Amino acid sequence: MGLQSLFHRHPTFEHGIYPVEHKELTADKPIRRLSFAPELVIPLAQHKGAPAVPLVKVGQEVVRGEPIARAEGFVSVPMHAPATGIISAIERVPTAEGPKAPAIRLKVYEAASQQVLYDFERDLEVMTPDSIISAVQDAGLVGLGGAAFPSHVKMRPPEGRTIHTVIVNGCECEPYLTCDHRIMLEQTDALFRGIRLAMKATGAQRAIIGVEDNKLDAVAHLRKYLAGEAARDPSAASVITAQAVETKYPQGAEKMLISSLLGKEVPMGGLPADLGVAVYNVGTLAQMGDLLPKGRGLIERVVTVSGPAVEHPGNFMVPIGTPVRFLLEQVGLADDVGEVILGGPMMGMAVASLDVPVTKAVSGVVALRQEDPDLHQRKVYPCIKCGECLKACPISLNPSMLGELAQARQYPRMAEEFNLDQCFECGCCAYVCPSNIPLTQYFRIAKSINRDLANG
Amino acid sequence: MPAKPIEIRTSPHLKRAMSVDRIMRSVVIALLPICAFSIYQFGLSALLLILTTTAVAMATEWLFARLSGQGNTLTDWSVVITGILLALTLPPGFPLWMAAVAAFVGVALGKALFGGLGFNVMNAALVGRAFVQAAFPVAITTWTPAFAPGRFTEVIPSTLTMPFMQPVPVADWIAGLQLDAWSGATPLALQKFQQIEPPVTEVFTGMIAGSAGETSALLILLCGLWLAFKRVLDWRIPVAVMAGAALTALPFWLLDSSANPSPGFVLFTGGLMLGAWFMASDLVGSPVTVSGMVIYGVFIGALTVIIRLFGGLVEGVMYAILLANAAAPLISSWTQPKVYGAVKQSRKVK
Repeated sequence: MGLQSLFHRHPTFEHGIYPVEHKELTADKPIRRLSFAPELVIPLAQHKGAPAVPLVKVGQEVVRGEPIARAEGFVSVPMHAPATGIISAIERVPTAEGPKAPAIRLKVYEAASQQVLYDFERDLEVMTPDSIISAVQDAGLVGLGGAAFPSHVKMRPPEGRTIHTVIVNGCECEPYLTCDHRIMLEQTDALFRGIRLAMKATGAQRAIIGVEDNKLDAVAHLRKYLAGEAARDPSAASVITAQAVETKYPQGAEKMLISSLLGKEVPMGGLPADLGVAVYNVGTLAQMGDLLPKGRGLIERVVTVSGPAVEHPGNFMVPIGTPVRFLLEQVGLADDVGEVILGGPMMGMAVASLDVPVTKAVSGVVALRQEDPDLHQRKVYPCIKCGECLKACPISLNPSMLGELAQARQYPRMAEEFNLDQCFECGCCAYVCPSNIPLTQYFRIAKSINRDLANG
Repeated sequence: MPAKPIEIRTSPHLKRAMSVDRIMRSVVIALLPICAFSIYQFGLSALLLILTTTAVAMATEWLFARLSGQGNTLTDWSVVITGILLALTLPPGFPLWMAAVAAFVGVALGKALFGGLGFNVMNAALVGRAFVQAAFPVAITTWTPAFAPGRFTEVIPSTLTMPFMQPVPVADWIAGLQLDAWSGATPLALQKFQQIEPPVTEVFTGMIAGSAGETSALLILLCGLWLAFKRVLDWRIPVAVMAGAALTALPFWLLDSSANPSPGFVLFTGGLMLGAWFMASDLVGSPVTVSGMVIYGVFIGALTVIIRLFGGLVEGVMYAILLANAAAPLISSWTQPKVYGAVKQSRKVK
């Protein structure tokens, strides 16, 4: 690895790790659809910001694509019915995050054609930046890479900042996940339409698509598409470029990808907008490019279902609200499943119950077997000051010191002197730690205690 | 569908297959060829020395771990390294009871008292050696020839000294071996006191007298490189030690090459190689930051040469590493990494 990074051709960020990718399980599996689950569960808070407010009543019939909840303020998005059916309940349901949260339950009509009837045509050419921003909000779009931050909010930079570059995140650095890879290969038209919409809305002059170099086929595909476009319209050439970056976790983290592509660091406590940059996931932009011209809302997303405990892994277009249990039944789940993770294995969340639904933020469902060595309880040794965590931390924190402070319960000092709040819980430190110290978990606890202290 | 309730853990759900016991076991494996060469060179005495220090170090660790309620800490293998390393730094004919004292003091004072693995400030093996250096100054500077005839069937007479007794002088025994050109001095002592510099090739391969496991620079280098390749140790530390030593020796050698050792000689003699690759690189005693590791290594290398040139001792690696161990936490705090996106260092006022 040392030699490899020394001679590496593709730009990258400092530190990080090289976990086994396991992407071969699903990388060449085209996106397919499964049948509808008998009941969908649509939480009202699937995004960062204020939860949506229901527009429907129990017993009301809805058609696929119809708005069922409205946005509450600017930092919020509406919800749309992912299937034609009847609202069976509006109640608190278990979520992957743990606490129960309000959600709309929708009984799916089995005999319905499930056509999206609720749409209208929109002329993209005449749209102004403001109309794009409100259309993006109306479509219920959020960051589909896992952050679930409302997409339209990032289109309006803070006062005094202008966006000159849209960075399109096609890194997909989490092991197992391949949905973004497939989207780049299969939904190329929609992706470029989305990129142009994002550029127009933000006023950016250029866009860079960053793709990890384990997906060079996608880079070649995107470049070929761009070359074809440039041949038809020379004025459009070179505004959008596709750039391979090193395959290294967490390349897909916003800050890391900005460093890799632009060689600049987002100032501490600042936003990418401070550098004139807005970052969007390829899945988000492909949905934007698909939904906006049709005047539709976000009702489904691509999910990679993979892992050793999955019998038929693949990439699937899954209606929002599909219970994880139903999804896993469709692909076949081994009896000795040990852990089911929503998202990727590095930052994803293990679920306590398979009855939680796939939400807008769920990019993957990874099921590991019980005998998986990663699931075995390991002996925790004292910190031996090897410094591996410092060499892994992409933010250049000192996890070794932070871990010792956490053990001494000096939580405020962790934030004041050692920049705990910069940690985005990527898990690199815990991944490399030879003493098996649960560093990431310590930092999560420390942050939440500091939050409680700050709130009195 | 699962019959058993599914388990939940927090992210990350993946873990690199590297653990403390694996790291320590790799170091033990890397030390075995050096032990083998030592036994080949010095015979039964070296074997007994290695077995004694390792056994006593393990027994001491077991005892203190029990007393402090830590359970069995032998499974992390770190104390085995301490025991073997200690033996390798001692003269081959060192009395076994003294070696046992060194192992006990090293583990008890150097490690257990601080709280065991991860909490010790200094390298435990060197703490033990420093103790016997002060306690038994004659025995620890009594060298016996390498490749003595009959070394596999009989021990060096001083090895089996009765506990709490002074060792018998080995001069008569050495004379009885009828070796030609045996001066009773190690290359370092020859150079320091008589300005005779043995050829670098000879000291590099280790066909010389010296401590049980410090003679073959070549073998130590190979074993150390294997560990660096396996990413068990950070190559920056040994390289910095060697660079620090060579660069410090260079100007003195250029000024007066008849009185001062050449950089090559400095690198390949005494404990420098073993110290650089197996003791300075000790994870616990070295700084955690990358730039700190380099500063620490250069400090060890430079200090070793300064002690060798200007001190009363012929060898300086041990004290150089112990001093650098003590300075490591300070070096770490001086070299805190620059956090991503930090605009400028602003000191928070409490």
